[in-house]
Amino acid sequence: MSPTAISKIKEIRDQFPVLNQNVNGKPLIYFDNAATSQKPKSVTDALIHYYNNDNSNIHRGIHTLAERATTAYEKTRKSLQAFVNAPESEEIIFTKGTTEGINLVAQAYGRKFLKGGDEIIISTMEHHSNIVSWQILCEQTGAKLRVIPINQKGEIEFEAYENMLTEKTKIVSVVYISNTLGTINPVKKIIDSAHKVGAKVMIDAAQASPHHKIDVKDLNCDFLALSAHKMYGPTGVGVLYGKRQLLEKMDPYQGGGEMINEVSFEKTTYNDIPYKFEAGTPNIGDVVAFDASISFINEIGYEFLHKHEQNLLIHGTNKLAQVDGFTPVGTASNKASVISFNIAGVHPFDLGMLLDAKGIAVRTGHHCTQPLMDYFSIEGTVRASFAVYNTIEEIDQFVAALNDIVKKFRK
Amino acid sequence: MSSVSEIQEEIIEEFSMLDGDMEMTINYMMELGEQLPEISEENKSEENIVKGCQSKVWLAAVLQEENVVFEADSNTAVTKGLVSLLVRVLSEQTPEDILNEEIYFPEKIGMNRFIGTQRSNGFGAMIKQMKLYALALSTKTSA
Repeated sequence: MSPTAISKIKEIRDQFPVLNQNVNGKPLIYFDNAATSQKPKSVTDALIHYYNNDNSNIHRGIHTLAERATTAYEKTRKSLQAFVNAPESEEIIFTKGTTEGINLVAQAYGRKFLKGGDEIIISTMEHHSNIVSWQILCEQTGAKLRVIPINQKGEIEFEAYENMLTEKTKIVSVVYISNTLGTINPVKKIIDSAHKVGAKVMIDAAQASPHHKIDVKDLNCDFLALSAHKMYGPTGVGVLYGKRQLLEKMDPYQGGGEMINEVSFEKTTYNDIPYKFEAGTPNIGDVVAFDASISFINEIGYEFLHKHEQNLLIHGTNKLAQVDGFTPVGTASNKASVISFNIAGVHPFDLGMLLDAKGIAVRTGHHCTQPLMDYFSIEGTVRASFAVYNTIEEIDQFVAALNDIVKKFRK
Repeated sequence: MSSVSEIQEEIIEEFSMLDGDMEMTINYMMELGEQLPEISEENKSEENIVKGCQSKVWLAAVLQEENVVFEADSNTAVTKGLVSLLVRVLSEQTPEDILNEEIYFPEKIGMNRFIGTQRSNGFGAMIKQMKLYALALSTKTSA
C-alpha cells in the first residue's frame, strides 16, 4: 500500500468514533461489515442536526420547519437518483431497507400481474428475503419459483439460467453481490437475457452498493433495492428504484397518509409516484442522514474504495489459506471483500466466540442463506467482511488470532 | 449433594478468579465442557435436540430414585461448557428443586448474553427443557 493510501485510510478511520474502543480488553477489529457498516461522524452529526434544528413532519406543513425538513428529505432523494443514475427522482422510493423493497415489488407488482403457471426465477445464493418474498407471492398467485444452480466456486451457472427462461418467466430476482460468498454476479447479462423473454428483473443490491458503482440506466434493471445501513448510513432506511412506467402501473403497497390524492368513504384516488408507495410518516431523520453517507462514499470515490477493499481481500485470502484446516466457501473469480470459511474440526460458533473474546467481530452461522448452506452441505461459516476503514494490519492480527485459537483445538 | 443455589455459588466463586477476562472465561468453559461425561449413543438422538440457532444441544433425563439425572452434549465446544455448568447445577436434584429454583449464575459469570435475546445459543431453551423434564418426571415420583 502506498504511503498516501495509508494516510488516507487513517483519515477515514478517524471519522468513525466507534472503531476507537477496546472490546473484551482488546482493540476492536470490526469485520462484520456485510451485516452492517459503521457510521462516520458526518452521518450521526446529520441525524443530530436534523432533530435539533429541523425536525418536523414533511410535505404537508406550511411552516418553516416543515419546509426545511421536506427540503432535506427530498434532497436525499435527488442524491440517490444521481447515486444510482436513475433517469428521474420520482423513481426513487424510500423504504425500510432492501427487504421491504423486494416485498414491495412482490406485492405491488407481482400480485397484480402474475397468475398461476407463471414463473419467478431466483438463484441458489439468495438471501432469505429474496426467497421468502417470492414464495409468499407464489402461494398467493399460483406462480412457480425456479432456482438457478451455482457451481462449487459459488458462481451462477449461466447456461442453465438461460435454459430456464421461457415465455412463462415473469420475474427474475437475483442478488448483485452475495452476502455470504462475496460473488459479484453478472447482473447486466442476467438482465439482458431476461428481457429477451419479456421478464422483469429485480436486483438485490444490498451488498453491492457499499462496494460497487450502481448504474440502473446501464444495467437496465426494472427494479433495484438497497439499504443505507450497509453503506455507512443509518439503519431503517433503504431505497427501491423502479422504472416509472412500471411503478405507475402498480397498486399501492400500503394505505395511509401521504399516498393518497383524495379520500372519501366511497372511493380513494392515489397520489403519484413516489408518494404512492410511501404511506405514513416516513423515517425522515434517517433519510436526511442517509444523504451524508452518500457524500461520504462520493468523497472517497469507488475507485479508491474498490482498490483498497480488493487489496484487503487478496491479502486476507492469501494469509488465511495458511491457517491449519482453512476451507474457503465461495471462491468466485469476481468477488467483493467478503471471506467466508470454515476451519476443519472447529465449529464456526466457537470460532466466533473466541474471536470476540479477542476483540474481533465476525459473523457466524448461515447468514440468512440456508439453501446455500445446504448446497455446500455445511451448517454455516465464519464470515469476515471488510470495509474501507479496515487495514492490512487488522487482517494480520485476525489471522494471528485464528492461528492461536486453532492451536488450542489441535492439542 | 449440594443444593442448587450452593452449586451456583461455587460456580460464581470459581469464575470470579478469572477477573472477567472473556478469553479466559471461554477457555475455562471449554475445559469444563471436555469434562462433561459422554452422553449415551441412544440419547444422542434427533428427538433429544434442543435447538439453538447455531449450536446443537442434546439433552436427556432419567429419574434415579428421587432425583433427576441429566445427560447432555453439544456440537460446539463453548456451548458444551455452558451445558456442563447447567448439568452440574441441576443434575441429581429433585424435580421440585429443578422446577422451583432460580438459575442466576449465568449473569453473575458474565454469561447473561447467552440467555438474553441472542438467537445464537439455545441456553434459555435448555433451561426450559430441563424444567420440562423435571415436570414430566415429577408426575412419576408422585404417582
